[in-house]
Amino acid sequence: MNLANLMNNYEEAVAMILFGIGFSNLLLQNNLIKKIIGLNIMDTAVYLFLALKGYIAGRKAPIVVDGVQSVDAYINPIPSGLVLTGIVVSVSVSALMLSLTIRLYRRYHTLNLDEISTRLRREGL
Amino acid sequence: MQILMGLLLGFLLVCAVSVSASKSLLNSVCIYMSYSLVMSIIWILLESPDLAITEAAVGAGITSILFFVTLKKIHAIVSEDDDLEPEGGADTEGTVPTEGVVSTEKDAAKEASRA
Amino acid sequence: MSRKRTREEYEKTRSFRLKQWVDGSRDPFLDRIEMKPKKPFTEPQEVKERREVDRERMLSRVYDMNRNARLREFHRLYQVFAVLFCVILVVMLLTAVSWLPTVGAEDRPVNNEVAARYIENGLQETGAVNIVTGMILDYRAFDTLGESHVLFTATCTVLILLRQDKKRKRKTNDRMYEPKNDVILQTAARVLVPPIVIFGIYVILCGHLGPGGGFSGGAIIGAGLILYLCAFGFEKTERFFTARTYKVMSFCALACYSLSKCYSFYTGANGIESAIPLGTPGAILSSGLIFVLNICVGVVVAGTMYTFYCMFRKGGY
Repeated sequence: MNLANLMNNYEEAVAMILFGIGFSNLLLQNNLIKKIIGLNIMDTAVYLFLALKGYIAGRKAPIVVDGVQSVDAYINPIPSGLVLTGIVVSVSVSALMLSLTIRLYRRYHTLNLDEISTRLRREGL
Repeated sequence: MQILMGLLLGFLLVCAVSVSASKSLLNSVCIYMSYSLVMSIIWILLESPDLAITEAAVGAGITSILFFVTLKKIHAIVSEDDDLEPEGGADTEGTVPTEGVVSTEKDAAKEASRA
Repeated sequence: MSRKRTREEYEKTRSFRLKQWVDGSRDPFLDRIEMKPKKPFTEPQEVKERREVDRERMLSRVYDMNRNARLREFHRLYQVFAVLFCVILVVMLLTAVSWLPTVGAEDRPVNNEVAARYIENGLQETGAVNIVTGMILDYRAFDTLGESHVLFTATCTVLILLRQDKKRKRKTNDRMYEPKNDVILQTAARVLVPPIVIFGIYVILCGHLGPGGGFSGGAIIGAGLILYLCAFGFEKTERFFTARTYKVMSFCALACYSLSKCYSFYTGANGIESAIPLGTPGAILSSGLIFVLNICVGVVVAGTMYTFYCMFRKGGY
């Protein structure tokens, strides 16, 4: 574990810590809404890590200005495109999970996952 | 620039921790909305304007709106389901909304006592 | 020449079964899918009371932490293991991060010849000034096609889960006690909605000239429609946006995109030149097929966001 390099890459370290926080939210919270928020935090942490892969210090955003098209004037555009797709997929997943939460609440009148799974098991599902 | 980046990342960490530690669901969703907004500013610092505008519109906009509407549906539903509930059983907003509120506060209290 | 088939042979073919399904004389899901039949709803009061009593009993016996020692123990164990697992995962990830090359350095393996090709030849080959838009809608248009389908699937699923029939009389309505015709909201909406929609259209149309593109512009237009709906109610919005509008809009846009790029299934990674000319870089009507695809994606995303909100709110349009 190269501690000096870890301090150099502090942004990626923060992204990983955020991933850990989001994941522990997903595992440990009982409330369904907070689990969904935890999943969203995990998602954005991964996107932060990906976008940091494409960043090059001192260069500009990948929009061609004044006809300058050399490689060492712009950052890497590829991770940016991947994250763009990811953000839209993340909102779709969130919408789906929230609609499932609404249906679960209508059926069981609680947001507590322990209680819901206990009643499910008792009903034989 | 490094200082600004460090400050914003610290803000992200604080937001993420306080989302799990807050007692009320409405607070959590508002904090999540501000988390999304700060994320959008970080995208600009990383020289990706496409990501910034998409995250601002989608993350701080649409996802947070859906969270708020879900909260409203959960607090104010009065027996809309027909699997077990009697249809229109509670004409007033009697049992269910308090149950909804109680269950969130009850398990929030449980989390607080465990955490 | 075609051979004349007898009636029995024809009845065994697939095209006859398809014709039967289209006509409606045969139900292909009979005996194959388990569907719950709609029963008329009759409820006595004691069913509800019995359910409440049952629930209390079940909660007190099974889920009660004070009496059920096994449950308590399992809960503690689960929490300890979850925290341990997360800590180990984060430590592993941080170790991996510490061995990675520095953020922002130039000589990393990720800056290879693919990025060089996209930057140097992007403007000439795609005609888009925004390299990222040119990449996701021309070089890698197939990925964006998949993503549009993900949005469409999410909308279908939300429709399945949250749609409510109008025929069923709902005595209770969670919008019944809301204040309507709020003066502040309506004035603000009158001022804000036209600029929001125009800005959304601008972001979509100039996706290849600056930051933005189909997704962000579609989300902005969706947000503008949601604001209009919140301020003025469902009846006024139904004048221009009904369920049929959404179906036609979304289907046409998605079909247009799919037809433009579905050849990728058969040609692998080789793209085919489209017949639309590339134009001068920097003009709005440039970059060939990217312009059309931006509009398609924007339309799909705007309809999707609005549909999510409507389904969550009311269960219908």
